[in-house]
Amino acid sequence: MKLALLELRRRPWRFAPAVLALVLLTALLLILGGLLDGLYTGFTGALRAQPGPLLVYSADAKVSVPRSRIDAAMTTEVKQVPGVEQVGGLGTALLGAEVSDQAAQASVALFGYQLAPRGVPAPPEITGQVYADTSLKAYGVKEGQTLLLGPKRYPVLVVGWVSDTNFMLQGSLWGSVDTWREVLASARPDLVMAPGTYQVLTVSTTQAADPARVAAAIDAATNGTTHTVMRSVASDSLPGIKQQRSTFIAIISTTFFVVALVVALFFVLLILERFGMYAVFKAIGASSGQLFSQVVLQAGVIAVLAFMLGTLLAVGVGALIPPQVPLQLTAGRAIEVGAGLLVMATLGSALSLRRVVSIDPATAIS
Amino acid sequence: MTALQLENVSKFYPSGDREIFALGHASLEVGDAEIVALVGPSGSGKTTLLSIAGGLLSPSEGRVMVGGDDISGYNPNRLTKFRREKVGFVFQSVNLVPFLTARENLLVVADFGRRDKKKAAARADQLLGELGLDKRKNNLPAQLSGGERQRVAVGRAFMNEPDLVLIDEPTSALDTKLGEQVMELIVTEVRARDTAAVIVTHDLRMTRRADRILAIVDGVIGDTPMS
Repeated sequence: MKLALLELRRRPWRFAPAVLALVLLTALLLILGGLLDGLYTGFTGALRAQPGPLLVYSADAKVSVPRSRIDAAMTTEVKQVPGVEQVGGLGTALLGAEVSDQAAQASVALFGYQLAPRGVPAPPEITGQVYADTSLKAYGVKEGQTLLLGPKRYPVLVVGWVSDTNFMLQGSLWGSVDTWREVLASARPDLVMAPGTYQVLTVSTTQAADPARVAAAIDAATNGTTHTVMRSVASDSLPGIKQQRSTFIAIISTTFFVVALVVALFFVLLILERFGMYAVFKAIGASSGQLFSQVVLQAGVIAVLAFMLGTLLAVGVGALIPPQVPLQLTAGRAIEVGAGLLVMATLGSALSLRRVVSIDPATAIS
Repeated sequence: MTALQLENVSKFYPSGDREIFALGHASLEVGDAEIVALVGPSGSGKTTLLSIAGGLLSPSEGRVMVGGDDISGYNPNRLTKFRREKVGFVFQSVNLVPFLTARENLLVVADFGRRDKKKAAARADQLLGELGLDKRKNNLPAQLSGGERQRVAVGRAFMNEPDLVLIDEPTSALDTKLGEQVMELIVTEVRARDTAAVIVTHDLRMTRRADRILAIVDGVIGDTPMS
């Protein structure tokens, strides 16, 4: 017979305040986590999707795609470095896109690419054709639709969909290098690059090669005119990414702390209320450990229940949030929140141990 | 055999530079199957004596033997085990667990003692049957009358087959008729199981059925004229 479970079943209203508080905190944690994940994927999708483990920037660009320039000579040098398997040029232009029948413009990042990123087909052969990220559906973009890019309204035709390839929270469009050059010439003639020049190179390595060593070898081969980084470093170097992550992690950590505090306060008060009952239990032979385990079990069950209800609430709130908001509710994040909730609830309930131990069984009879 | 033996037991509490005596040099023997009523005014030391006999308090001086075991030097863990296995309590205010049924209030004793579940269930059913609570065993305390609750409390005290049952003011919250019924029940159960019992009361009407009556005044035990 589990006393703790029987009490939960027969006196659920007694635990309702704690469950309600934890449901709201769970939903908050999931939404905060979802926003953090959504922001990260929305910022970094295009870089994370690159087929090679390395990205080559010009040294003076400070790992910024828009600032970087890699010319044909540098590309040739990179291709000759031992361990390099494939090299592909990549360029981008950040633009506004007019979508027919839509009042507001969509912000897009048009990419011209040579090596197809993961989940993206080979570049369309026809200039002016692009694959669009599915996030652009939220802006009314449809397959077969023509989008007008930039101030000169350069037309591109959407011929298919790709997913998780956004860049700097802008919906991405993926076309041939020629399409990118033409769009750039139309929208930003000041930024037009010479033939063979790209913003960055994406580099895949041979199976036996160590990507870190290859990166160093590339920068040595170009006499330091390039700065080659791992894909993950490139993603984390995007402006604001680290600040976003540290801010959200601070808020999430604080929220977990509040979870522990809520559980601790709730059970401390509950034990005060149960003082007489626990004294009787001790008088009839219950150990402090047995009583404490009941408290921890109740905290665990409350946390699990609150997690389930909180997840439903977060999913409901997520459904109401406009699709433009980068909220990404994932199973991985939910598992993390669930585990964190359980740990913090257990730690919170552990604060009541001293009170349980201090209950004097003699008070049952006095 | 002696179920309970107190030898020169004292209990005092420090209070500033002084010590306050709750019980002074008390000696007492309670034989197997003997029922002793302990009477005295409030603050006389009855509860302290009961608490020491039941292992709820440790004596400051003296020796306490229960069922042949000297519990005077037991640490809190051993006292917990001792209470779980050797003593049954009936508390003044019944103190049943409000969210457990009558049957579960008995089973909780076995649960803490990690006893065999089937045997515990059989014993609980047997006790409840003997106490006339067969049809009420699945009721919560709030659904039971005062007398029924008291009977459940008595059943709980016998659940662990104790050597000694300690009963604190069993009739204080009951009217005379119900009080007598409860006393009758306690005496019957104690006698039926050959268990020793110490009953603390300040209601002299409840002492008629005891084998012996002891008075305690200012922490000192003495026989009463009624004994």
